[in-house]
Amino acid sequence: MQKLTKDDVHPKIVQALLGADSHITIDDALENEMILNMGPQHPATHGVLRLLLCLDGETVIACVPELGYLHRGYEKMAENMSYLEFIPHTDRLDYIAPPANNVAYALAVEKLAGITAPPRAQYIRMLLAELARMCSHLVAIGALAMDVGALTVFLWGLREREKILDFFDVICGARFTTSYTRIGGVASDVTSDTMKNIIAFIDQFEEKFDEMERLLNGNRIFVERLEGVGVISKEDAIDIGFTGPNIRASGVEFDLRRATPYLFYNEMDFKIPTYTEGDCLARYFVRADELRESAKIVRQVIDKIPNGEVMLNSPKKVLPRKTEIYTKMEELIHDFMIVNFGINPPVGDVYQAVENPKGELGFYIVSKGEGQPWRMKIRSPSFANLQAIPHLVKGQMISDVVAIVGSIDPIMGEADK
Amino acid sequence: MKELLKEKLAKQFTTVQFEFSEQVDELTVKLDKSALLNVCSFLKDEEGLKFNLCEDVTAIDWATRKNRFTVVYHIFSMENKFRLCLKVDVDESECSVESVSSIWKAANWAEREAYDMFGITFLHHPDLRRMYMSEDFEYHPLRKEFPLMGIPGTLPLPKK
Amino acid sequence: MGLESKLINDGFFTTTVDALAAWARENSVWPMPMGISCCAIEMMASGDPKYDISRFGSEVMRFTPRQCDLMIVAGTVTYKMAHVVKKIFDQMPEPKWVIAMGACTSTGGMYRSYNVVQGIDQFLPVDVYAAGCPPRPENLLNALIQIQEKIGKTRVKDFPDSPQVGFDTKQTELSLSKN
Repeated sequence: MQKLTKDDVHPKIVQALLGADSHITIDDALENEMILNMGPQHPATHGVLRLLLCLDGETVIACVPELGYLHRGYEKMAENMSYLEFIPHTDRLDYIAPPANNVAYALAVEKLAGITAPPRAQYIRMLLAELARMCSHLVAIGALAMDVGALTVFLWGLREREKILDFFDVICGARFTTSYTRIGGVASDVTSDTMKNIIAFIDQFEEKFDEMERLLNGNRIFVERLEGVGVISKEDAIDIGFTGPNIRASGVEFDLRRATPYLFYNEMDFKIPTYTEGDCLARYFVRADELRESAKIVRQVIDKIPNGEVMLNSPKKVLPRKTEIYTKMEELIHDFMIVNFGINPPVGDVYQAVENPKGELGFYIVSKGEGQPWRMKIRSPSFANLQAIPHLVKGQMISDVVAIVGSIDPIMGEADK
Repeated sequence: MKELLKEKLAKQFTTVQFEFSEQVDELTVKLDKSALLNVCSFLKDEEGLKFNLCEDVTAIDWATRKNRFTVVYHIFSMENKFRLCLKVDVDESECSVESVSSIWKAANWAEREAYDMFGITFLHHPDLRRMYMSEDFEYHPLRKEFPLMGIPGTLPLPKK
Repeated sequence: MGLESKLINDGFFTTTVDALAAWARENSVWPMPMGISCCAIEMMASGDPKYDISRFGSEVMRFTPRQCDLMIVAGTVTYKMAHVVKKIFDQMPEPKWVIAMGACTSTGGMYRSYNVVQGIDQFLPVDVYAAGCPPRPENLLNALIQIQEKIGKTRVKDFPDSPQVGFDTKQTELSLSKN
């Protein structure tokens, strides 16, 4: 962290930081207030987030986050490529849980095109989305613990996460950025051996996670550093745009899997953990409870999964099977048209939102009937969650800023798009 | 819920022209930008509607001569579990619209992003700065005339 | 440093000490993880119990550039971030090496857009490129081993900036520039 001079900070940001007190200059050494830069390169800012803090001693008076250090131009690129070509890009949005983003995007395009994937494909998508949620929460809890000082939990969480990534490797072909769903289904099937292994993993996971929780909940330093820090009330949380575990920790029982059900979530039996305190500890507890609920959902999915196809048989909109492309003429032509010119959904626009591990991920796609979207807007949960940071850190100390950012759990890949 | 919404809007705002359309059972309301603030605060506070979560504010560039941009608002009612989409047309000559961040704080950063990417000014916004691009960048990237690879020379690199 | 001024002449004793210094340097490479996006997660995964990076000597991943000698640029570098990366690179003390991890740092990757630098070698001297999107942890460890081999071949005369007491610069070969 470095003390800034007039040349480093743009005047508009200084104005936003100092608010109405424009008579305070920043390179006056005798003033009490100081502007400090928690720059884009920082071990505890969860990616490239720049926080400019106006401090009085150690207490934060105002904070201005600056984004854009990872702005890769997704929305501009989406206007220049077909719907299928954009699937690998959706992986890299929330890059801790890539299958969840794939599922959200496939659902949005299918809603626009007016097709539905077969039931087995939807169950497989649910299975992957819940495993991705477990991955994401393990990293979130681990990173929060590491920022606060408990390094062991991070490594234990990563060890469990590696077992889940092994399953992704077997099912999707890639361990990390999976690109597994397709418009109209999923790319390949899941064998019953894999499902048996997943059940074996879940059986031993509950015990391992109990160990991790015991280590954290019984640790006085961890609890005292997070309790009462970064409190946000129920009305403020809804107003400021929180979704996901952050809003459930402030007493609002809102989960898109229950409110606007998609896939087959209305047939699954799971609780929505809600806590009322609204501080960092509550956000941690919500994530820990959600991990257990996800394990329950995975068991139910594997129990209830039906047999059948994994890709829809709709030649104009869905890629045909490889075996048929090599032997039949019609399928070859359809494949050529879909790959080169894209599926042509009807004219119109659609917004599809999904409960991602971080919050509500929404895709707003405007189509003019061509193979490429005319406009694609990605409503990312981390972007909306980061808005609350100036509100939450007022009056806290610098080390609390680290705990607050860790408990909100932003991912800059989707916040910056 | 859709019928209730149409009724209440027609009753409360007799002078405003609403255009309702439905796509894949989601309701879209198109209105004039002068009525925007009143309609939004009505939608937020009225009993039975209560649209308290503002999910997104974005814009579409149609690249036509008249009414070049459309500003789109997605709002959600947690009580009734109902999502609504509001659309407002903005012309390029008068490229501004009222900001709804006084009604929903969640719209604050989303409007800043729309300003950065499209150049639409939001009147009475508490802090209208660029979101992603740096402050001295002169163009608006998501407009249709801005090339995908950018304009060479506008973004400097450090020397080797 | 007095030791290195004596190592310039290539006697048997001095070449052995020279090789020893190079061996010590290669087996304790401390990386500076410039973790920007998805590749940073794979870099974290290469530090976890399954693909342990500390058995290669890179136990300490220090986030401060003053203590590191290897910078692993992991993630897409945008024009805004490029200045920050260059600033951090300049703050690292000599000798230093750079791994460009992943497709985004090597050539811009899958992002052909207005804000992404199409390859960090436009402003940083890169030693090893690790391919993949993201490269598997084993791939990153392979890149680390290649850096270690490169370091093992260096000798003291390759670092002309180290201060020598009573030493005549005209006699030595200031042969290779760092890369």
